[in-house]
Amino acid sequence: MPHRTFLWFILPSLVAMILFIALPIGSVIVQSLFVEHTQVLIVSESCGPFGCTETTSIDVEATAALQAAEPLGRFNGLGTYFDRNHLASLEVSQAWSSSASIAEFFSRLMNLPFYSALAFTMTYTFVVTPLVIVLGLFIALGVNSLPQFAKGPTIFVSLLPMIITPLIGSLILFWMIDARGIIGSTLQALFNDGSLSLKASPVLTWITLIVYGVWHSAPFAFIVFYAGLQTVPEDTLEAALIDGASRWERVRYVVIPYMAPLVVFIALIQLMDNFRVFEPIVGFSAQANATSLSWIIYNDLRGDTQQFGSAAATSVLTILGVCVLLSPVLIRTWRDFNRKRA
Amino acid sequence: MAAASQRRSPLLVTMTLAFVGIWVILAAFPFVWTVWGSFKVQADFFSKANWMNAVWGIATTAETGSAFTGAGYEGAWIKREFWRAVLNTGIVVFFTVIISLTFGTLGGYALARSGYRYAFWLLMIALVFRAMPHITLVSGYLLPFFQWNLWGHLPTSIIVLVAINQPFTLWMLHSFFLNIPKDLDESAMVDGCTRFQAFRHVIIPVMWPGVITTGLFSFLLAYNDFAVTAMLLSQENQTMVPKIASFLGTTQVEGQVMYAVAAVVSATAPLFVLIMFFQRQIVSGLTAGAVKG
Repeated sequence: MPHRTFLWFILPSLVAMILFIALPIGSVIVQSLFVEHTQVLIVSESCGPFGCTETTSIDVEATAALQAAEPLGRFNGLGTYFDRNHLASLEVSQAWSSSASIAEFFSRLMNLPFYSALAFTMTYTFVVTPLVIVLGLFIALGVNSLPQFAKGPTIFVSLLPMIITPLIGSLILFWMIDARGIIGSTLQALFNDGSLSLKASPVLTWITLIVYGVWHSAPFAFIVFYAGLQTVPEDTLEAALIDGASRWERVRYVVIPYMAPLVVFIALIQLMDNFRVFEPIVGFSAQANATSLSWIIYNDLRGDTQQFGSAAATSVLTILGVCVLLSPVLIRTWRDFNRKRA
Repeated sequence: MAAASQRRSPLLVTMTLAFVGIWVILAAFPFVWTVWGSFKVQADFFSKANWMNAVWGIATTAETGSAFTGAGYEGAWIKREFWRAVLNTGIVVFFTVIISLTFGTLGGYALARSGYRYAFWLLMIALVFRAMPHITLVSGYLLPFFQWNLWGHLPTSIIVLVAINQPFTLWMLHSFFLNIPKDLDESAMVDGCTRFQAFRHVIIPVMWPGVITTGLFSFLLAYNDFAVTAMLLSQENQTMVPKIASFLGTTQVEGQVMYAVAAVVSATAPLFVLIMFFQRQIVSGLTAGAVKG
């Protein structure tokens, strides 16, 4: 296809992506270099019979005028990146020099908002992804061996957790694990502990969120694996059977090698999606015990005093994280591409 | 013959059945429970005494005289004007899907037919764009949108959702178009069609299965979105998902949490219908990317 025609065909899509994905990334980088104006203060002296007192008040008009003149705020360089709410260089170095052990250092690190969000995001991403792949594979193997008439309804039901709006899905589970909900009260009865609450402790909150994540994403892995299973050649399986392979050996040496490219695909999609974990934290109201990078950006942006600079700095750091996460894939594709051309 | 390699011991069959059975319950029970509970009062759905109350509706009977009540739905739809959010969601989702597919088919077709290096790089960039957490992009929009008075309107959210949708739509339609033989449009061009005429008269009639599948996923992305619609829409333009989130702020008042439950069930119903009619397309769409690699 000539370049010109290609350009005309791709133009609408390209313009949309440049305007609303590429430029915002640029805008985030610019915004992260600025911070909100400090309020303009006026100091006025009022003198009475007992001497003079100074009162400080906010000049609302001047503040608004300054805000209107420079909506971005004042230039702060990389200052926002290293403040307490982001990389917290000062606090980290203090914690490093004054902590007696590595464990103490990490527990101090977890008190800093950025690092605790990063810790949860990474844990969530790297625990949910493998669990989803394993559970998805087992469900696919199980469903594949069902009688034909049962497959359709099972797939229908399995799709529900995946297709549900993440916020709604997490709300549904949140209500069930409430101390007065069905799962919450059953757990209390089971452990004979009337005060047991999944919302109270950080560990239980993290586990709840991870369980939700697996519940939500396992159907995706299941469907992909299930479709992959339909393409495993029957002949190879039979040959393995004749050679005396047990069922497990057939799965291990015939089925799984066929599934390998699918595992890469699922892992890629899941890493991308789990890294932006956000809605479950809102749905489970888990912010006291678990925050994610997306959630702290959201938290900066809502409310009456929106901290654009702070949100932008976290966004830039998150985007860098995404790039690091994707780099193995990109490097691999780049090599494949060059090999194909060579 | 096909059954030869499928024969298994009874123990394994039982275990497999049990495993799939447990999964089916895990997947379906929360929905069944919430739909059932949405017709009860709060004292039943969040029962201090015994969760079995929610099954029989003891408090519901005591309060309303019948074991089922539509109070939650009435409160959400009429008192809290959930219908307005439903209407807004309808508008946003409809236009997002239509525009995404229009842009996506043109772009995806071009990417599938161009052999040049830059087509490959565009796809790679689209992959990186797809991985961007939506909220990071939103934090890039907010300040400019405030400045230019674009914030809060439905069209703004629609075009933003279209753009966020593009990387995925391009990838998916690109792989569908690769499956349509090149000879088809090339022979039309040999007969004197321009590229666009070939696209219009030869490709469009055969592309519908792919477009419908991609459309389903565009629909899901727009329908399920929370980050963009919660941050970019004003109060009166809110769509369903942010509206439900806003119900949660007021759940301390007795009975209001049932508004949220009823709204959640109302928002789930269309998804349920969607799977019922399009199960095959959803399954084929999920696997299309995988098979292509």
